Amino acid sequence: MRDVAIIGVGMIPFGRRDEDTLMDMLAYASLKALDDAGLGDKGVDAVYVANMGGGMLQHQSSIASSLVDRLSLLPAPADTVENGPASGASAIKNGLLAVASGYYDLVLVVGGEKMREVTGWRATDFVATMTHPQAEYPYGITLPGMAGMFTRLYMEKYGVTREHLLAVSLKNQEMGCLNPYAHVEMALDRKGIYDSPHAVVNNPISADPLHLYDLCPVSDGAAAVVLCPLEMAEKFNKHPVVISGFGQATDTHTLAEREDPTDLKAVTLAAEQAFAMAKLKPSNIDVAELHDAFTILEIAESEHVGFFKKGEGGKAVVAGKTRLGGQIPINLSGGLKARGHPVGATGVAQVVDIVWQLRHELPENRQVKNAKTGLTVNFGGFGNNVLCFILRRAQS
Amino acid sequence: MPFDMELESVLRPPQVPMPPYPSKVIILANGKKMVIRQAVREDVPAILKSVHPCLFIERDYYDVVSARLYGELLAWYRYRVKSEYCLMGQVDGYLVGVVNGRLENEKVGMSYHTLAIDRGLRIGSHLFAAKMEYHMDFMGQEEVLIVAESPIGFRRWMIEYPLEPTKIPHELGGGDSYRLTRALYEAAKPRLVVGDRPVPQDLLDEATAEIKFADDDTIRERIAGLKGR
Repeated sequence: MRDVAIIGVGMIPFGRRDEDTLMDMLAYASLKALDDAGLGDKGVDAVYVANMGGGMLQHQSSIASSLVDRLSLLPAPADTVENGPASGASAIKNGLLAVASGYYDLVLVVGGEKMREVTGWRATDFVATMTHPQAEYPYGITLPGMAGMFTRLYMEKYGVTREHLLAVSLKNQEMGCLNPYAHVEMALDRKGIYDSPHAVVNNPISADPLHLYDLCPVSDGAAAVVLCPLEMAEKFNKHPVVISGFGQATDTHTLAEREDPTDLKAVTLAAEQAFAMAKLKPSNIDVAELHDAFTILEIAESEHVGFFKKGEGGKAVVAGKTRLGGQIPINLSGGLKARGHPVGATGVAQVVDIVWQLRHELPENRQVKNAKTGLTVNFGGFGNNVLCFILRRAQS
Repeated sequence: MPFDMELESVLRPPQVPMPPYPSKVIILANGKKMVIRQAVREDVPAILKSVHPCLFIERDYYDVVSARLYGELLAWYRYRVKSEYCLMGQVDGYLVGVVNGRLENEKVGMSYHTLAIDRGLRIGSHLFAAKMEYHMDFMGQEEVLIVAESPIGFRRWMIEYPLEPTKIPHELGGGDSYRLTRALYEAAKPRLVVGDRPVPQDLLDEATAEIKFADDDTIRERIAGLKGR
């Protein structure tokens, strides 16, 4: 198997992109990544497109076929990858395996989603289609609902408090203000959302015990990466970043069937595989992007990948250990919480942000000094399909 | 244009002074303080300057809501509507939202419009709540009739309170009215109606000294831009 490098990345600002179609967004992000790599007129050998909801939200299928035509990349083979909110990382995995195997040399992976075309409750319903069609969905479960129940259990078992959740929310929205690609560029105020009687309106309960600002926004957006074998990477524009480890695992579809619903086994397994492949330990990671669709998930994932012991993740956020300059900076992009969560784009966007970190291209207020290794967790379903990547800055 | 006061006395509805709405201050999610206070007729030209750029924004029915609000405020300013009032929200002196309504009669209030000129901070929610507070707590009315012209309005009023559907036509001529009864108001009040009184003098002075308004592009960006929420 060949080592695989990321030689180009691109992202468009996330938000409410009323003027753009899904295809526009995928194309913009792709062109940025191709330009970033300096591919010029060279085509690519294959294209993988991550998207979860084109069929439901835009009534559009065969998205990858449409995109290669739009980008004049014909006759590149193209596949659409749908794996719920983990579609982005799944598409990268497919590209990674294709290049590592030696079958393709240059692969474009792009993820995108257009979710603001529908009302909030339709978007919530669309996301809920990933729940079990007989055991969960008919009873009205939504992902925020699941996250609420998970949070309650996690609080009872591990002592997570609202203060811990609040700390994630404040940190990530503060970082979002520094990220021009973030959907939400608004710093929150502790008094405004927690410590005053007015917070009851500003930050109402969404799914007890989670409040409005514990949830990520519904966003439009797209992100892309270009992959090639490491041995070819030096021919291109930018300092290569190597995908040195990846892991993927699944878990029961229904949360209720898990022996311990607070145990995110798929996160642990995916991270263990990635660390084993990269020959690294959690303490070797310089920066991470975790899937904080809900504030509790940043805390739980930081424990399940091994950055902190169970029950310590929340305290670590409050202590500033996950901020820039802390023990393990997490979600310096603002995470899903502030950057936004266009579901098909998220897994790719996480990797793009880590690539910028490892190429040392971010402004000082977001850049981990001399970052060499980064980790991403892209969390599908409610932890029933999880991918973890470990990236490292290639040696000069 | 000179007035023919004899004719005006026919055209103008009787002018009934509206009870005062005591100003209040609310801390928003971003920590900024929003002063909500009652507008007087002389404030209307300044308010209309902020409403004007919204007339051309289709997103979330801003065009419909702001066009109607513009007309309603203008009618109030030029003495063509009876028993209308307007409350406004200001942050650092800048106008961030407007609500209006009128009295149908002593017991029944008629809610007109809610326009949030800055978004993502639940300004509309706070202002609508202030409007209901005015009808219920300060004018002692028994019910308020309400319609929504946007899905966001429907979610905020009909679902969040929740309001009671009726078959009563609304003055705005759209869908049938929903009703906020006193019982519904009292039930919703603890989770939807907030604010501190009295407003500290420095904040009140800043709000009353001048109604500041952002430029058209800023307003359009806040409402319909990429970061619009």
